Amino acid sequence: MKLKIPEEEIMGHGNLACQGCGATLAMRLALKALGSNTVIVLPACCWSVIDGPFPHSVVNVPLFHTAFAAGPSTASGVKAALEIQGKDTNVVAWAGDGGTYDIGLGTLSGAAERNDDMIYVCYDNEAYMNTGIQRSSSTPLKAWTTTTPVENPKESHKKDIISIMAAHRIPYLATASVAYPEDMIEKFKKAKDIRGMRFILVFSPCPTGWKYAPQLTVKLARLAVQSRVFPLIEIENGIKWKLNKEITHPSPVSEYLKPQGRFKHLSDEDIAEVEQSVEADWNRLLEKTKK
Amino acid sequence: MAKKSDKKIIFNKEKKMPPFAISFYSMEYNKTGGWRNFRPVIDYDKCSCCLICWKSCPEAAIKLKKTKVKGKEKFKPVIDYEYCKGCGICWEECPTEAIDIEEEAE
Repeated sequence: MKLKIPEEEIMGHGNLACQGCGATLAMRLALKALGSNTVIVLPACCWSVIDGPFPHSVVNVPLFHTAFAAGPSTASGVKAALEIQGKDTNVVAWAGDGGTYDIGLGTLSGAAERNDDMIYVCYDNEAYMNTGIQRSSSTPLKAWTTTTPVENPKESHKKDIISIMAAHRIPYLATASVAYPEDMIEKFKKAKDIRGMRFILVFSPCPTGWKYAPQLTVKLARLAVQSRVFPLIEIENGIKWKLNKEITHPSPVSEYLKPQGRFKHLSDEDIAEVEQSVEADWNRLLEKTKK
Repeated sequence: MAKKSDKKIIFNKEKKMPPFAISFYSMEYNKTGGWRNFRPVIDYDKCSCCLICWKSCPEAAIKLKKTKVKGKEKFKPVIDYEYCKGCGICWEECPTEAIDIEEEAE
């Protein structure tokens, strides 16, 4: 029997993540694809905690902790230093949605415009989780967080980071989900062989922040894809949009929303509004992929 | 706490200390199995060795063991209870319902 996923485990044991953490699974799968010839640059995010206290580290590859906004710029510097030494090493900037959508967006845009040689991974858990579940611009419509309480849930839509990054015309851009490990590993392997700025958005559910039972992490990630909330796509050079997973018979969005405590307050009208926004986003995406 | 001989040591002692901090000890001293409230148990009679549990384990706490099932070489999943946090993803995902979850005694 041949395995579709590399057997070697690069990520070690004993991390400090919550039970059922999607981000930990994302890192485990990503490292399987990238191999041990990798340097990780880590701006402040959940993973700064998960990795363990100094001088301990769980990932078994060199890992550089840096300031919240400085992920992409530090990765540019690390890559430049490695290039001078004549080393061909994968440099991965691994940031959460806060460090990508909000605080690190400026430096990310700069690195993308310079087309610096790095893989930028954003694991998207849709809020600032380790500081106490504050809203980020990745938080979806109507969701509860501690700064958007039930009486006043989030009124704006999730920021469309994919289109923002596609507008930079970077060589490779993809979305991946922890529920589709084969697809995710394939995308990381593809990204590894491309030079220049590569951006991968990984959907990683968070049991603590989304308020669901920890065993549902992979199921919710799958439901997000099947209900068209999180489409799996690839974009090359910002022009060639490709839909990896055609969803011909989508499961209802309410099925995805229901197990999550952060959507518990939604009335039927609210759910209809979320459904409409998901459908509108999907149609907009289809238009782009048809070109 | 961790010993110096633990697994891979990234920091090279012969070279000078770099100007920034690099973590070089493994986290394996942190036995996360102690966090577990529920214990997943695999029933190997039902297990089809599809390895979905292995693919979806966030802790890498499911190990693969090469075995022969009906003359075919297969990988058998084995749970490492030293590090399994008991999140139950394997139990939820198992397509043949071969994984059962039990309340941790004591």
